[in-house]
Formats: sequence, C-alpha cells, structure tokens
Amino acid sequence: MKVLVAIKRVIDPYAKVRIKSDGSGVETDNVKMAINPFCEIAVEEAIRLKEAGTAEEIIVVSLGGDECQEQLRSALALGADRAIHVSVTQTCQPLSVAKVLKALMEKEQAGIVLLGKQSIDTDNNQVAQMLAALTGRPQATFASKLTVDGEYIEVEREVDGGLERLKLALPAIVSTDLRLNEPRYASLPNIMKAKRKPMETMTPDELSVVIRDSQTVIEVMAPAVRSAGVKVTSVDELVDKLRNEAKVID
Amino acid sequence: MSNRILIVAEHDGKTLSSGTLATVEAASQISRHANDAPLDLLLIGEICDGLVQSSANLAQLSKVVVISDPRLSTPLSERLAPMITAMAEAYSHILVSASSFGKDLSPRIAALLDVGQLSDVIAIEAADTVIRPIYAGNALARVSSQDSIIVMTIRESAFDKVSADQQASVSVEAIDVDVPSIYTEMLGQVVTESARPDLSAADVVISGGRGVGSKENFAMVEALADKLGGAIGASRAAVDAGFVTNDLQVGQTGKIVAPRLYIAIGISGAIQHLAGMKDSKVIVAINSDPDAPIFEIADYGLVGDLFEVLPKLIDSL
Repeated sequence: MKVLVAIKRVIDPYAKVRIKSDGSGVETDNVKMAINPFCEIAVEEAIRLKEAGTAEEIIVVSLGGDECQEQLRSALALGADRAIHVSVTQTCQPLSVAKVLKALMEKEQAGIVLLGKQSIDTDNNQVAQMLAALTGRPQATFASKLTVDGEYIEVEREVDGGLERLKLALPAIVSTDLRLNEPRYASLPNIMKAKRKPMETMTPDELSVVIRDSQTVIEVMAPAVRSAGVKVTSVDELVDKLRNEAKVID
Repeated sequence: MSNRILIVAEHDGKTLSSGTLATVEAASQISRHANDAPLDLLLIGEICDGLVQSSANLAQLSKVVVISDPRLSTPLSERLAPMITAMAEAYSHILVSASSFGKDLSPRIAALLDVGQLSDVIAIEAADTVIRPIYAGNALARVSSQDSIIVMTIRESAFDKVSADQQASVSVEAIDVDVPSIYTEMLGQVVTESARPDLSAADVVISGGRGVGSKENFAMVEALADKLGGAIGASRAAVDAGFVTNDLQVGQTGKIVAPRLYIAIGISGAIQHLAGMKDSKVIVAINSDPDAPIFEIADYGLVGDLFEVLPKLIDSL
C-alpha cells in the first residue's frame, strides 16, 4: 500500500510571530521555517507503517514555492521514499489544496492519506475533511492511534467528550493529533541519503486543478495585549484580592 | 440571492450544546447585517421531542428543521455532510460550532458545496466579513468571503450564549432526507463522565500543568475546583504525562475557554496554552518558578510551592 503524506512549510513553532506594519500579514522573511508540527507527526506515522510492513512506499507532497523543497527534503531524510513538489506562486486556500491532493491521491492510488489536523499558521483545520469530501472517502480527524487491519484501519480519535474509535474502509483520510506519536530526528547518514531520493515538481495545471481562492484577508492585526498584573506574596493576599478587588469569588 | 442562515445544531439527542447556543448568537449578528435574514436551526440525528421543544423556545429562530432517524444516532460527518448539503441551496450561510463535532463536519460540507470555510470565527463584522485568530491567536485576521454560500465555524468562547424564552414557540418542520451508506463504522466511544461543569462553558476553570507532578497530586486541583464550583483543565504537558485525560486539555489544539476566573497551577505558559485561555476575565497563576511566562499575562501571580499554597488556598475559601 502507498501512503501519501501532505506537509506544509510554516514558521517555526518557537519563532516569534511579528505582524507586518502594513497589516498585510505576518513577517516570514528571515524567520526560521519548519515542517508544520502536525504534519511531522503524519510523516512519522507513515514511517512507522512502513517499518511495520503495512506501507510499501511513502510519498510526501507539499504545495508552495521552491522553498518548500527544503521541508520535502527533511521529510525524505526522516524516511519518506519520494517527494512531489506542487509548484504554486500564490498561497492556496484549503479547498484548492484538497483538490490538488485529490488528484495526487488518485494518480498514486494511495491507500491512506495522512495529514496534520491543522497548520500552526492559518489554523484552518480543513484540508483532510475537504479531501475526504471530494473523494467520497471516509475520514478520521484528530487521530491519536492508528492500526491497519487488511482493507480497513482502526483509528482512535480525540473529541471534546473523550475518545472515539472508528473503523474505516480503505482508501481513507486521517488527520493527526498531537498524541499519535513522537516524531524522530533525522540522522546525518539519512540526511545525506535524502539528497539522492527522487523529487518531482509539477504544477496544478498538470494535475488539471484550477487554484481558486474565495476568501480575502483584508487585514492582519495584533490581538489586544494582556499586561502582567501584580504578584501577591501570600495566599491570604490572593484570596483578599480575588474577593474584594476582582470580585470573582464570594 | 435571498439571505437565509442555517445553524447545524450539536446535541446529545436531548439538549443543545453550549457551543450551539453561542452559534445562534453569531448567526443573529450576521442576520442584523443581512436585512434580518431568517435563522433556521437544523436538528439532525436521533432526536427526542424534548430537544425539539427546547429548540423551539429560542426566539431568535425562524424555524427548527428536524431530520430524525435511528441510523443517525452516532453523528458521523461522512453521513451527515451529504444530507446537509442536499438542503444547502436554500441558504446564504451555514454555521456550526467550532467544537470537535463542527470542526470534523463543517469542512466536509463546504467542500461538497465547492466553497471555502471561515474557521473559528470570533467576531462578525458584516454578512461576509469576520475576524478569526491565526498563529495560535498571536495575530487576528479580518477576512471576507466571496463564496455563494458562506460556511463558518464559530468559537464558543467569543459569543454570548442565547437563552430559551418559554413564551417563544417557533415553527417546526420535519423533513426526510435519504440516509447514505458510508465507509465508516463507529466501534466505540469513551466519554469522560464528570459531575463538574463542562470545561468549554464553565464560569470558573482550575487548570493544572506539569508542575502538579503526578496523577495523585491532581486531586488538589480537583479539590480547589470543587470548592469554587469550577471545571478542571490541564496543559498539554499534564495530559501527555498521563495526569488527566485528553478532553481536559486547554490550548490551541484543545479547548478554548474564557471563564470569569481561570487559575493556572504549575503551568509554565507555553503560547499554545495561552492561546486557549488568554481571553479569560481574571487569570491567576500559581507557580514555583518566578520566571514562568504565565506570570506575564496573569492578573494575580503567586510564586510558591504548590504543596504549601494549595492546601492553604482550599482551606481559606
């Protein structure tokens, strides 16, 4: 079985978010970039499926400019077999991304598509569900456990009330939550080896997908800043402040 | 095209979720920007009469639409999305709460309609323009949609919850829609039962982090919560360490809360955690590390050993 993993290049989760002074977006020049952490978990899960003998080949894909080849190389160094760079000059909204992934899922005949549940930049949490809708296939979002059983997978997923266990007929789409696994680091020999792994570049046009964005970001603003309050020195002082100043307890 | 707003209700078969009540408020705000567009609430699932009745008491609604079928007792998006899409053409907006239910379902509806989705909306500015957080709430985006049907998920903590009006009784319409066969089977659900208030809607939240140290020590957090009639929350670190279950996680990828009082115990304050609670009215931080980032946003900070501070605090309330 082939496993397709979609990854996104985002600003490093530990980098400081700086809003551009003209309100057009968030500064990404000279900011450290990385694979979106949830996508990294998806890559790791695919590698584990291959190590367990259920996945034969891991194909990692990303949409973006040439710079996203850096993240595809990282995924190859972690253990993906080959990479597809879908070259776009504009940022693509989730529905367009899902259309590209649908075309690739069908072209590659992937049994499982693994994606991060959301990217830590736009926080949309949409692509996996949209891909499942477009392909008419089952979805398991927010996965915390994944087991392959022949033509089916069993997924444990994290929901507001607790946990849910689903059985999905393959091909299926899975989005990863934080507790699915802990991603590994790439070893130096594997980083060297990744340089020789195949990377193919194609355009949405070649996949017969039209990129169409239907939303406009008018302005990006800083949220209201919450300033530090006071330090109290004792429990008695804290209780007094909560009771008489903040009036939040009786 | 005429404006009409559909709210897809989240429920447990008996009552509407608190997120749905906030979503009705958000829909009312859109309506005011759209020539008082009517609001329809969709109850889809295995629906009891009591739920229909209490929904019909929401005066903001124009009507309650009911699709009830025993095969819908477990709400799987793969099944619900095409059923909702089949009735979507009559609407200009489709809203769902940004709960795990809504996040799973709503993009599936949007994609079937070939439109985008506005996720986690925190403010309505016009019928087609909203504010939503990006970068874990470190930035806010004002976004407009050009879609023919605008699909959005609503962040519960950003809107007041509408309340029932016993005098109101809006019309109810039961409809039949084909229930599609799907490729998903629900094997089981583990629902964490608790006598405490629901975390997403609680007035007071007491959260514990890695600093609490162990599952056993979490009893102190629970004791404080019970003393204040509050809900329990946790940081990702506390969930990863196995102190509590995942449904209690507060943060960018867990629950977003904005209670009247939030007490963070032994939580250092990673930005992913702050994203889930920084809109709380009053924030208290108790931590042994005076340099913990949580103190930078806390209204009241107390540096000290949790095992000395907490018993004393519980006693003095």
